[in-house]
Amino acid sequence: MKYEDAIKRYDPVIGIEVHVELGTATKMFDAAPNTFGGGPNTNVTPTSLGLPGSLPVVNEKGVEYAIKIGLALGCEIAETCRFARKNYFYPDVPKDFQTSQSDEPIASEGQVEVELEDGTIVTVPVERAHMEEDAGKNTHVGGATGRIQGADHSLVDYNRAGVPLVEIVTHPITGTGDRAAEVAASYVRTLRDIFRALDVSEARMEQGNVRADVNVSLRESPDAPLGTRTETKNVNSFRSIERAVRFEIARQATLLEAGEKVVQETRHFHEETGETSSGRPKSDADDYRYFPEPDLVPLQPARAWVEELRASLPELPAQKRRRLLGEWKFSDLEMRDIVNAGLLEAIEDTVTSGAKPAQARKWWTGEVARLANQEDKHPTEIVTPVQVAGLIDLIDQGKLNDKLAKDVLTGVVAGEGEPAEVMKARDLEIVEDTGALEVAVEEAIAANPDVVEKIKGGKMQAIGALMGPIMKATKGQADAGKAKDLILAKING
Amino acid sequence: MTELTNKSALELAAGLASGEFSSVEVTQAHLERINATEDDFNSFITVTDEAALATAKAVDAKRSAGEDLHALAGVPVALKDLVVTEGVRTTAGSKMLENWVPPYESTVHNKVKDAGLPVLGKTNLDEFAMGSTTEHSAFGNTRNPWNLDHVPGGSSGGAAAALAGFQAPLSVGTDTGGSVRQPAAFTGTVGVKPTYGSISRFGIIAMASSLDQVGPMGRSVTDAAALHELLAGHDPLDSTSLPDEVGGYLNAAQTSELKGKKLGVIKQLAGEGYQDGVRTAFTAALETAAAAGAEIVEVDCPSISYALDAYYLIMPSEVSSNLARYDGMRYGLRVEPESGPVTAETVMSATRAAGFGDEVKRRIILGTYALSAGYYDAYYGSAQKIRTLVQNDFAKAFAACDVLVSPTAPTTALKFGAEKAADPMALYLGDVATIPANLAGIPGLSLPAGLADGLPVGFQILAPAREDVRLYEVAGPLEATLESAGGRVLDTLAEGLTK
Amino acid sequence: MTESSAITPEQVEHLASLSRIAMGEDELKSLAGDLSTILGNVARVNEVAGDDVPATSHPIPLTNVMRPDVVGETLTSEQALASAPAAEDDKFLVPQILGEE
Repeated sequence: MKYEDAIKRYDPVIGIEVHVELGTATKMFDAAPNTFGGGPNTNVTPTSLGLPGSLPVVNEKGVEYAIKIGLALGCEIAETCRFARKNYFYPDVPKDFQTSQSDEPIASEGQVEVELEDGTIVTVPVERAHMEEDAGKNTHVGGATGRIQGADHSLVDYNRAGVPLVEIVTHPITGTGDRAAEVAASYVRTLRDIFRALDVSEARMEQGNVRADVNVSLRESPDAPLGTRTETKNVNSFRSIERAVRFEIARQATLLEAGEKVVQETRHFHEETGETSSGRPKSDADDYRYFPEPDLVPLQPARAWVEELRASLPELPAQKRRRLLGEWKFSDLEMRDIVNAGLLEAIEDTVTSGAKPAQARKWWTGEVARLANQEDKHPTEIVTPVQVAGLIDLIDQGKLNDKLAKDVLTGVVAGEGEPAEVMKARDLEIVEDTGALEVAVEEAIAANPDVVEKIKGGKMQAIGALMGPIMKATKGQADAGKAKDLILAKING
Repeated sequence: MTELTNKSALELAAGLASGEFSSVEVTQAHLERINATEDDFNSFITVTDEAALATAKAVDAKRSAGEDLHALAGVPVALKDLVVTEGVRTTAGSKMLENWVPPYESTVHNKVKDAGLPVLGKTNLDEFAMGSTTEHSAFGNTRNPWNLDHVPGGSSGGAAAALAGFQAPLSVGTDTGGSVRQPAAFTGTVGVKPTYGSISRFGIIAMASSLDQVGPMGRSVTDAAALHELLAGHDPLDSTSLPDEVGGYLNAAQTSELKGKKLGVIKQLAGEGYQDGVRTAFTAALETAAAAGAEIVEVDCPSISYALDAYYLIMPSEVSSNLARYDGMRYGLRVEPESGPVTAETVMSATRAAGFGDEVKRRIILGTYALSAGYYDAYYGSAQKIRTLVQNDFAKAFAACDVLVSPTAPTTALKFGAEKAADPMALYLGDVATIPANLAGIPGLSLPAGLADGLPVGFQILAPAREDVRLYEVAGPLEATLESAGGRVLDTLAEGLTK
Repeated sequence: MTESSAITPEQVEHLASLSRIAMGEDELKSLAGDLSTILGNVARVNEVAGDDVPATSHPIPLTNVMRPDVVGETLTSEQALASAPAAEDDKFLVPQILGEE
């Protein structure tokens, strides 16, 4: 069954678990550096390796970041929370248990406002956010492509073991209908933006800083009980999240239509095909035997600390969008284009540097974006907000017109200097010498008596016909407004 | 046995300070004694003679140079082989770690090194500290110096035997359910389980994290007190380490008197199931204390009857998780399955089958069951509530007396193989008097209180949490009173050994 | 002994698999017996304390023990791998892994 048909026939329910690696200096439970790269098994202490006798101690910064995330998601911060051991054997888990949180997470019950492409706002209910640690990394050797199947053996690097994670779990997200896939991807994107705004993680999807597990189930109608769900693990780009949800909805609908059952299982997403494949079924082996971590004591975040952190929260992306929309008086569509192009910050900074919002938007989404596109770069990579503001200022002062400003911008992008410097160096400043302009105007009037007659007759748009020769004579540096004033003065004077 | 090995740690410290003898001489004497007796006792898994002598030499040099030294500097010590020692193999008494050489240092060993105590070696124990006879060691039985046909107790059996056999003047043990106090009782020595969290567990191979505590051991209350002062103190590497100021133990042991002290006899730990000789010796000790001015009262701790049950759920649960890491992937033993595919999973299972002994496996399976879905609340959850009840009972009891007392163990040292005949629960019953202190986190001490059928009997003293000093306020004068009445228990053995 | 505390060899087999210990038939049987005895004795903990009794996870109550986010001493890869049963390219070599977590 195709996705489009599936979504008409069934009501999808999704649930998303997002893991974010925190950008602390050290790991969650030991003082090994939390850094990317470095030689294998060098960012390790006895605790990261789970050596006999080693013990964990909680990283205060990790807790602070988790609280900030919880607050940003509108969660309650627990008066008391605990760490718990999740027991399972796996070679990249050094202690053969993961230190996590179970029934006493640090943050619970919040919600995230997610804005879809067309501006629709969807509220995603958050069940909890809890702290835990990452595992090491396996490299599969031998066999075909380094995948698990067919590998002769694996090599394990524990540098990542113990890196702080916060896991955010949603309640079942209902009522998304045919936008389920879009909601899933937008939700994760929204979280990514929040992590960055909070400065708690680099939040780079491609580096695995943010990872998502996507639950999907179908039911006959919104009144029906929830169907059997599958969990697609480690879907690591927004596009993949969307594709994985679409694929699962179509796959499950096909099964249900054929009278078959959906198996509760974990599934894997394949980038190449956009399909998911069966992992392993839920079984008794998933008995994680959670119990309170006896090597760590309970946390009772002081209310004063929590309030201090709440007060220190930066404006979140959704709040900021709403505020700027009011201040800048852009249309919803304009605002969305800016956000999607990743230019909100740049325009905000440009406005802060003195430019008018409309001008800032025009330059960033227009000429700057065009030049960036030619170089296959993001606009913010080729020019700074201060430079764009400088350019706009020169226009406002009348020293540049739009055409000249584009030339100046090319020079700035080429690294020739700041806008004013480029303007000087390339000799592009609008001619202040009205003498030269007067000469050009007089010559144009003299050479076009017919046009002059039309103007005298009240056809003001005919002035345009004189502008061409004037611009030519002044090598484009004439100020169009001044030239117009002079023409009218001469003809009527 | 030489005159030097017969001396207490404090006597050795005094002799070293006055220049009567050197640390090298003292250390050499103990190493020779170990060499001469190890075939009989098997107290040690590893003897570190070269390192011990090097430390002794360095301390002697510092002393000659007039440097400030710790009071126990130069006095040798033995460490239970559960204490991680960088560069010296640390086995936990298990085949699993037979060749494991730690790349890091425990806080306990750091303290011992910083104070300049030569470490004679690593003492034998029940595998991963699970057992009360030291018969569960992968490195052979340790025999009780009092009678080689008898066990020394456990799990710190090697540590206790090294003291009773005059191989070491001081020992460091660990106590999860009585593993310091019970072997001390069985060997006529003194063993202390401090308040939970008062000695760092960083670098102590974990058995059951919420119960484990390092314990100082010696041949006298004062020696144990001196070692206790050296080992205790806050450690930022252990999240459960108490921030308390510690100390004053030795002074308390040396200067307190029994007069006016209220000793509460725990009703539930004084009657049924106790060997006659043990009861007799315990009662005699109480009478001696009373004669010296102590007041004896009886106290009721009803929930103690459930303590053993709670312990045998909490302990194996934590064990099952703490011992998961021994999977043959990163360190220690790795065994491939005899048949079938070789995968990470089958190698883990084969390794753990080959590397762990029966008692360890039994506890892992029991703990896995107690934590598994559907049973957690009934078992682990309920057991944690019993813990609360035991604490409440103790709090009530301590309102009526200064310390609580009981026999340390229901029997004297058993013969080898005795436990094999019994069902596991009957065996576990031997821990009934020591376990409540671990559940509640309170400090306890065992000191010798005479003999029963030629074997030592232990007298246990319990104090409120963070009041370890009270143990010594009673144990110090009680030991002195008992010795002046009946002589030192260990002297009986010493005379036998010199013959 | 209560009904629920009688453990079968099949249950022990499942527990052994959960705890990754290979066991033969005899071992399963004898452990089933041991576990039944022990659980038969300790199962009464369930009946002693009511809902009003709080659980004690740590004998001495401490809270908020945290460390500052400051990098400390680390092991070298040589130290980390010194006791490894097998190693390659500064990594721990482990047998092939079936099934993913």
